[in-house]
Amino acid sequence: MEVLTLGLQDDIFALGADIVREILDLVPVTEVPNAPPFVNAVINVRGRVVPLCDLRLKFGMERSPHTRDTRIVVIEVPISGEATIVGLLVDKVYEVTEIAADSIEDVPRIGLRWSPEFIRGVGKRGTDFIMVLDIEQIFATAPRSVDLTAA
Amino acid sequence: MGAGDPAETFRQEAQELIEQLEQALLDLEQTPTDRDLVDSAFRALHTIKGSGAMFGFEVMAAFTHHVESAFDQVRKGKLQASPPLVALALEAQDIIKSMILEPDTDYSSREKALLDELSKLVNGEGETGVPGSGGAGTPAVEAVSAPSQTQRWRINFSLARDALVMGVNPLLLLDELRSLGHCTVTALTDLIPPLAEIEAEGSYLRWDVVLTTDVPRSVIEDVFIFVQDDADLSISPIDLPGEGRLGEILVDRGAVSRLVVEAIVASRPPLGEILVEAGQVAPEVVKSALAEQKHLIREQVDSAKEAKSSASIRVPAERLDELMDRVGELVIVQARLKQLASSNGDTQFKAVAEEMERLISELRDTTMTIRMVPIGSLFSRFRRLVHDLGRDLDKKVSLVTTGEETELDKTVIERLNDPLVHLIRNSIDHGVEGAAERLAAGKSGEGEVRLEAYHSGAQVVISVKDDGRGLDRGRILAKAEENGLIPPGVKLPDDELFQLIFQPGFSTAKEVTNVSGRGVGMDVVKRGIEALRGTVDIGLRSGGGTEVTVRLPLTLAIIDGLLVRVGMGRYVIPLPTVEECVELSPQDDLRSTGRSFLNIRGELVPFVRLRDLFASPLPPDPYQKVVIVSLGDSRVGLVVDQVIGDHQTVIKSLSKLHSSLKAFSGATILGDGSVALILDVEHLIEWVMEQSDVALLEAGE
Repeated sequence: MEVLTLGLQDDIFALGADIVREILDLVPVTEVPNAPPFVNAVINVRGRVVPLCDLRLKFGMERSPHTRDTRIVVIEVPISGEATIVGLLVDKVYEVTEIAADSIEDVPRIGLRWSPEFIRGVGKRGTDFIMVLDIEQIFATAPRSVDLTAA
Repeated sequence: MGAGDPAETFRQEAQELIEQLEQALLDLEQTPTDRDLVDSAFRALHTIKGSGAMFGFEVMAAFTHHVESAFDQVRKGKLQASPPLVALALEAQDIIKSMILEPDTDYSSREKALLDELSKLVNGEGETGVPGSGGAGTPAVEAVSAPSQTQRWRINFSLARDALVMGVNPLLLLDELRSLGHCTVTALTDLIPPLAEIEAEGSYLRWDVVLTTDVPRSVIEDVFIFVQDDADLSISPIDLPGEGRLGEILVDRGAVSRLVVEAIVASRPPLGEILVEAGQVAPEVVKSALAEQKHLIREQVDSAKEAKSSASIRVPAERLDELMDRVGELVIVQARLKQLASSNGDTQFKAVAEEMERLISELRDTTMTIRMVPIGSLFSRFRRLVHDLGRDLDKKVSLVTTGEETELDKTVIERLNDPLVHLIRNSIDHGVEGAAERLAAGKSGEGEVRLEAYHSGAQVVISVKDDGRGLDRGRILAKAEENGLIPPGVKLPDDELFQLIFQPGFSTAKEVTNVSGRGVGMDVVKRGIEALRGTVDIGLRSGGGTEVTVRLPLTLAIIDGLLVRVGMGRYVIPLPTVEECVELSPQDDLRSTGRSFLNIRGELVPFVRLRDLFASPLPPDPYQKVVIVSLGDSRVGLVVDQVIGDHQTVIKSLSKLHSSLKAFSGATILGDGSVALILDVEHLIEWVMEQSDVALLEAGE
């Protein structure tokens, strides 16, 4: 399958290239007060207001200061049945590459620092392991936002 | 428009006609003798039949023909628009509607039953032309709107020399001619003598009048009835094909022979001048003939115009959405232009930017009004509902509507239909009592449901009121306890108790009727309204009865907003909710710790710090501002760091990931390309109220 590889901290992740719409350099980010930390901002993507998700937080990593390499991967993902445009904040984008589907193995039960539900499988490229993200799962389990008016 | 399936176009047209028919029928029930209503019903039926046959709905057309024939009898005064006839016609209308929407179904039995009824009703009252079964042919009924014979007349008159002295006013004559039809008047001055010979009060003018009218010659002659003895009058019909060239007109008037004209035309135009020079006609005659030519041309142009203006255009809603999107983008670009212009010293550039701003904001308003539809179109649908419900439940109920002209976005109106149907059903089923009970309670036997709509600030309020038995506190309480909505023995104030009605699964109807009371109703209503970012409340009317109030934002794609800054973030407050901006004085600032009051011209206004609500990490600006917002009767100050200015705000909805954040109704894109969130003032105030009720009570003492 064709994937886009990207870096979070020291690890390489991949997501299906078919859902990627574009990759942006960092743009001005608007914080959304009282939103859950994972989606606490919105950005302007070609006149659309798009939620920005910090992927690091899904994997128990600290928020990190933005660097020259920081990119926003704009993807389209179904959220409760509705195709939604979402920006993913990642530390680095590598390339679009091919991973043989049969080389993707199931997620090992142990040896992963983060919860395995967001990983569809582990692929190999050369000597590197690539974690193939299960994007739908990531957004399916997105915690219900803190409701400002329901307090 | 678009890739129009002609049958689909007809369906849309028929939909409107059927609504028109329904209105007319329902009104006829009230005033059976109103000729206009009979005509309106007849016309609708006639057009449905005619267009239907054209688009291949032969069965429907044949059926409609019989109903139309019955109404033709009514028009001719041979039949009364009695309630049974109206009821039958309403039923027929339903069948017609089904036939159009589902042409493949077999309606013959329904059709037959209704036509039998109809012919029973009509028979004995004269020849009706309602045969037992409908054929495919649709005999033409006399065209109601066919124009009578229109004829052009050439009228030439001059008054007696002493006519003015005798009190004749030529202006009145001309006005009278004008009232008969399209009219071009040319005054001819060739008989005016030199000044030395002129009689000051003499009448020397001649008039050439070209009149297009459908009245007979005698009517035109009648205009001159009091002057014709002395006047020189000629009236002749103009029989010119189409364009009416000058030469033709002159020949037709006998001013010149066709041969002369043809010879000269062959030489070269302009014809008028040549003829005059050639001494064949007097300049005055040419002038008059030219006027006649103009008359003809104008008539053609006018009729073309008429055809254009009478045709409204049907546009798919998606195209309007697209247009709105484009305008939205334009507004965003405009914001950038404005920002550039303000940081640029070039005055010409600034002037252009300002001009653009004005144009774009007009374009925005125009585009928005295209989408706005008066709510009356929705209200009128409910008349039938009330009519039928009253019949099914054997209650006499009338529907009174006000504020039909209140405009709302088309999509909002469409999505309001189901909630309002529920509310009206509830009112009639649960609220309004049967006639006997009403009379026993000292009310009139006929119940009343009122539908009202009006603007209130940035909201549209729609209320459904009835004069029925109101809400039964005991039963609501019992039901709520039974369903575990509240623990037993709890005392609740009325408004909170009544809100329980909107809880899922709540229904106080003792038995399930086919009208309402299936326990899905009010919660569906509430969800439907909330999906439109509106609110719904229920309460008792002071005079008895129940009142349900629906408040909706004027959900437009673009609003005027006030741009403010809180910490690093910029937010838009919808301008219609903003009352004023004041500075937060250092004393007020210091005196309050969490929330407090401002003294606005002697009135206490509580204020809340947005920086606290939004957990801004930055220290506040030294001179903070308070934006006073209002919704209904409550006023609240929102403390911000800076008021930046007004902003044309294109509303972009937030994604599902943020949809539960009720404090924001959406977001917008600013001139520099960054995003600002739009405050949902109502939800914000609601939340602040709940939070600070206790604090306010303490502070108020």
